[in-house]
Amino acid sequence: MAMMEYMSTKKDELVGWIRKFSLFPYPFVTACCGMEFMSVSSTLYDTDRFGAALPRFTPRQSDLLMVVGTVSHKTAPILKTVYEQMCEPKWVMAFGACAVSGGFYRNYSVVQGIDLIIPVDIYVPGCPPRPEVVIDAIMMLQDKIASDRHPIFPFENHPPAKV
Amino acid sequence: MPYQLITRGFGDLVERSSDSFGMLVLEIHAECLLEVVSRLRAEFEFDLFLDVTAIDYPERSPRFDVVYHFYSRAHNKRIRLKVPVPAEKPVVPTLTMLYGAARYMEREVHDMYGIEFAGNADLRPILLYEGFVGHPLRKDYAMEAEQPIVPYRQQP
Repeated sequence: MAMMEYMSTKKDELVGWIRKFSLFPYPFVTACCGMEFMSVSSTLYDTDRFGAALPRFTPRQSDLLMVVGTVSHKTAPILKTVYEQMCEPKWVMAFGACAVSGGFYRNYSVVQGIDLIIPVDIYVPGCPPRPEVVIDAIMMLQDKIASDRHPIFPFENHPPAKV
Repeated sequence: MPYQLITRGFGDLVERSSDSFGMLVLEIHAECLLEVVSRLRAEFEFDLFLDVTAIDYPERSPRFDVVYHFYSRAHNKRIRLKVPVPAEKPVVPTLTMLYGAARYMEREVHDMYGIEFAGNADLRPILLYEGFVGHPLRKDYAMEAEQPIVPYRQQP
């Protein structure tokens, strides 16, 4: 049993280390924050340093959903479908004030924070967020992944994520 | 083409006319709308339908103003029409037979203010979604009211 415990912790560290440097983002870009997203993923700020640069073309291949911009009630079903199409393990970043809390849109059409619809791992405030904040958020997310449990064996308890 | 020609040409059809930053503003009754607009198009060459929108004055009677903008490419002139509409019967005739562009814009005004456009057969929601209750740009629509399509998750 003691042997098993030892093996399990090391396995989580190893898998976490692998996963945190191979974040494939899927940008769900709906608004002006997308300009800032382009800036942060291009040469000057270069999220490739963190292994999180190559945007995938479909949510099925990605494991970091970046919700960049305002999500309205009409977009919400699409966002939820995209989230459900992603394979486990998956993480969600709420990018910008509108995705975090609805921002300054307090009206009939805007979802007041995407965490009302899908679970969110990291919130990036700002309108739009500065590239440094996004890089900081990616690093915090990497820390979270590295310190998380990664149940990959069948005998490990692996309940599906609550939506 | 001076604006006086228009005001003189319409005579009693126009309730009131004024000038807004160099643009002619005509206030007319809903019954006269079709006649005024078709004459504007035929005689004064206002061939472009720019916009239709509405204004809600909650304490005024009649409560709504339906506001039209037209543009004449031949004369490079704009004109604004205001049609007061009561809250009990918010109906104006449609302009789709004169301007095809009116179809979508009338749907939007119907969404946002609940103005009926008699004769426009297709008044489905265009910016809102099926099942939306109320008209969000009316002043009495609660600012915090939410009508989500996706049910919210339980917060942990």
